[in-house]
Amino acid sequence: MHRKIIDVWVGLFVLLGAAALLFLALQAGNMSSLSFTKTYIVTGNFDNIGGLKPQAPVKSAGVVVGRVGEVTLDEKTFQAQVRLDLNQNYQFPKDSSLKILTAGLLGEQYIGIEPGGDTKNLVDGDRITRTQSATVLEDLINQFIYSKAADGKEGSE
Amino acid sequence: MIRALEASGRWTREGLESLGFATRAFFNLLRYSPGAFRRPTLITEQIHFIGNYSLVITIVSGLFVGLVLGLQFYVNLIQFGAEEKLGPLTALSLVRELGPVVTALLFAGRAGTSLTAEIGLMKAGEQLTAMEMMAVNPVQRVLAPRFWGGVIAMPVLATVFSAVGIIGSYLVGVKMLGLDEGAFWSQMQAGVDVNRDVLSSVIKSFVFGIAVTFTALFQGYHVKPTPADVARATTRTVVIASLLVLGLDFVMTAMMFGQ
Repeated sequence: MHRKIIDVWVGLFVLLGAAALLFLALQAGNMSSLSFTKTYIVTGNFDNIGGLKPQAPVKSAGVVVGRVGEVTLDEKTFQAQVRLDLNQNYQFPKDSSLKILTAGLLGEQYIGIEPGGDTKNLVDGDRITRTQSATVLEDLINQFIYSKAADGKEGSE
Repeated sequence: MIRALEASGRWTREGLESLGFATRAFFNLLRYSPGAFRRPTLITEQIHFIGNYSLVITIVSGLFVGLVLGLQFYVNLIQFGAEEKLGPLTALSLVRELGPVVTALLFAGRAGTSLTAEIGLMKAGEQLTAMEMMAVNPVQRVLAPRFWGGVIAMPVLATVFSAVGIIGSYLVGVKMLGLDEGAFWSQMQAGVDVNRDVLSSVIKSFVFGIAVTFTALFQGYHVKPTPADVARATTRTVVIASLLVLGLDFVMTAMMFGQ
């Protein structure tokens, strides 16, 4: 009898551990977003990806339609090659374009996919060529300073 | 000069000797473990003793660590208007570091000491010698079940600690300070990677379980059979196990997240 009570408590203890692990994986971690729905792979080349990281969301009209897979450097063109794992449920025209966007001013970067007008859809292994690089804040500030400086010169002349 | 050299040489020799002694004891323990697994009731008994009885202190401290983390991070994050980062910040600090480390320190204090004292008293009362006289191997009958009980209980406790801590920070952040619930969880899910963070948390706590339980058993088994030395061995268990945990944690963090 005593033996059985101990077994029950140990069983509860282990179950509690399993529940905690499940909680960490599903509620705190990204296991739930790592769904087992089928995906198809599309690649895109960018001149500059800024701070884009693997596992960043791919959004269309704000809806998450996929995830960024691995990011590598194309040794021939010296462009960043980004693999996108798009959800099989969402189909996009062949001439869709990609944009690297930022959530908020300092938020994480994600890829926005803008659908084109082609009648044929993207299939597994396709490459998207129409891409827009990340906006790098330093470049933006530089441009701003140069244009200000140019304005100042014109004003003084 | 010569004397100083001699002292350092002796110190090195003694250090090596005790390291070798501990390593031999460890492999001896592993060698007799299959025998212990043939009688799993011995192990479940130890999981009950080591794990279930440590559960209350683990849950309470996990909850309070989570509450405090939530409060502190919130107060500082709101200065940058980044309070929605509270979720990933608390979750990552709990899962990666605080969960395994604090649980291991508590574990050393709660379970390690009782293991050392128990085995030390068995040794002092010559119960272990009596077992050998009856042709029962004390390593297999006494040490191995306790070792595996501790090794199994520790990851469970650390996972519970992290989960309860996250709930604690949720209570403070969302229920008390009015953070948006959706932002809290979704930011956390974006920040916590199952393979990188949760898995390495489990690996860490598993290693800590081995380190703490083995230290406790080793200290208890090689105690001098006097009441004073049993007391000293119990203290040594806490000190050595805590230092081991902190040192191992640094090494594992560097290996897992250092790149």
